[in-house]
Amino acid sequence: MKNENLYNYILGIADNSLILGQRMGELCGHGPSLETDIACTNISLDLFGQVRSYFQYAGKIAGDGRTEDDIAMLRKEREYKNVLLVEQPNTNFAYSIGRQFLFDVYHLAFLEQLQKSTDLTLSAIANKCIKEVSYHERFSSDWVKRFGDGTEESKAKMQEAINDLWTYTDELFHQTEADKAMVAEGIGVDVTKLKEAYYKNVGELLEESTLEIPESKWFQKGGKNGVHTEHLGYLLSDLQYMQRAYPNMEW
Amino acid sequence: MSEAQIKSLEKQFDERIARDEKIEPKDWMPEKYRKTHIRQMSQHAHSEIVGMLPEGNWITRAPSLRRKVALLAKVQDEAGHGLYLYSATETLGISREEMYEQLHTGKAKYSSIFNYPTITWADMGAIGWLVDGAAIINQVPLCNTSYGPYARAMIRVCKEESFHQRQGFEIMMKLANGTPEQKEMAQDALNRWWWPSLMMLGPTDDVSVHTEQSMKWKLKRKSNDDLRQQFIDQTVPQAELIGLTIPDPDLKWNEEKGMYDFGEINWDEFWQVVKGHGPMNKERMKARVGAWEEGTWVRDAAMAYAEKKRNRKEKRVV
Amino acid sequence: MSDKKNWPLWEVFVRSKNGLEHRHCGSLHAADEDMALENARDVYTRRSEGVSIWVVESKHITASNPEHNGELFDPAHDKVYRHPTFYDLPDEVKHM
Repeated sequence: MKNENLYNYILGIADNSLILGQRMGELCGHGPSLETDIACTNISLDLFGQVRSYFQYAGKIAGDGRTEDDIAMLRKEREYKNVLLVEQPNTNFAYSIGRQFLFDVYHLAFLEQLQKSTDLTLSAIANKCIKEVSYHERFSSDWVKRFGDGTEESKAKMQEAINDLWTYTDELFHQTEADKAMVAEGIGVDVTKLKEAYYKNVGELLEESTLEIPESKWFQKGGKNGVHTEHLGYLLSDLQYMQRAYPNMEW
Repeated sequence: MSEAQIKSLEKQFDERIARDEKIEPKDWMPEKYRKTHIRQMSQHAHSEIVGMLPEGNWITRAPSLRRKVALLAKVQDEAGHGLYLYSATETLGISREEMYEQLHTGKAKYSSIFNYPTITWADMGAIGWLVDGAAIINQVPLCNTSYGPYARAMIRVCKEESFHQRQGFEIMMKLANGTPEQKEMAQDALNRWWWPSLMMLGPTDDVSVHTEQSMKWKLKRKSNDDLRQQFIDQTVPQAELIGLTIPDPDLKWNEEKGMYDFGEINWDEFWQVVKGHGPMNKERMKARVGAWEEGTWVRDAAMAYAEKKRNRKEKRVV
Repeated sequence: MSDKKNWPLWEVFVRSKNGLEHRHCGSLHAADEDMALENARDVYTRRSEGVSIWVVESKHITASNPEHNGELFDPAHDKVYRHPTFYDLPDEVKHM
């Protein structure tokens, strides 16, 4: 492939939305209230919409006729480049909200920078997505506040979720080879520069929510290079089931 | 109020409806009108949210991204429709929580069709095409029903639902025109969903209990048998168009009557499912009760937070 | 069931585009006004139905009693002089 770095770079961005969209989609029909159910589905729909824009573009770059669905559903576990954070399961609603919040703060800052990309397609996609993600970030941080400063039970649940998910946050700021190449070309975002503001913003919101900022300095990584937690395989077996069981068909 | 006064009010009330006037929440209404509406409207709302489950079952496994977003949007619409209908019912003096309680304890019913399992992707097509198709036939006349909030909710529901049946039919069409394996999957889904869809339009007129009063109140505009005939007459040509076979050997065009004759419906099966012995009754209720109970701490937290916020605000004002 | 209170009911008003009034479009449940706005956005503007939302907790709405409709609204029926068609104009005056 002529433009392999760009292709991989786009997949790195899009896989986060794909896997998180799939996780949010799992909640549809099982939310804590009808209103919240509808809101979570909206987030899932936004994310899948983003995925389609990215993968359609990636397909064009690959230039060998591969479709958005080929890219989304026909790779092996080790070929998915999403961060570990987004593949974590919906253990309870505090985990779903915590995962969303810890990703949204990053996602928003990332898209702000991606808007400045010299790649006009990417900057246009970022421009569209940023409105959606601003809303996601407002939604998830409102819920973190409600849980943190709600009841004893909700506070304990939210704190536990944040503590457990914290270990996956550092990976957001790791650079892959494709990242470095794209930053050098003015196409990609230098994620290392987003780290400080991220922990500051997240910390402030946690504090406002009367939650503790986890002290752990041990972080998990690997997702960006395709080394995932055990959760991803199961998610993929659902995501890919139809394409695998009935190959080369149209739906 | 004396009995004579009530009789006179009831007479005026029936005349208003006959003149096509709408009844609004604060208007006087006979107790029976209120009760019947609570029962039918909440049952309708319950059907929407229980109906999310069989289709929600395939969201994570949809075969393409395009299908996945369409299905997500559709199931989300069902949540919305449940919400509109619960809200409309709340105007009659019952809370959403009370209605949930009735659903969860089995006191309230929902459409039996959702007690069948969705076992292949083609079931998404069959549900959209047949189940939504039958639902639309039921719902369109309700846009003109006598109770204002119900009529308004139904107008919104019908407007939004117009894409649902198309979504389902498109899935079926694509399968029917696909590989032999896909076509077989589509035919299998039609075989399993056809009869339950016919049952969904309700028992035959000779055993249907509520019909006459409901007709007067415009809760029902056509009898179950008429609706069923309408559904069959409009669906059979659609099946033929995409090359699928309706699983009824007795189905035959009746030139004289200008409609299809069709075979005997297995009403024993229908009543069995209504009474809670369908393949998925228990699972569906477990999912609904589970979501509600697991959501308790979430809803409580939001209320506690709202109260703290309000108190802080008031303190600042003082 | 929890011993805590349930989310109260809110009424939602949506302006479909600038220049038009907010119109009542339905109700929903929410714990507070922020959530009510967010829920209204998610529930009632999924198909681009609005550019502005009002929410008000249902209990704050005071409604007229339909039993008083006679005294409230009937007296306006015979005040035909409030309408332009009440006044005679010569045919020559085309627009007024």
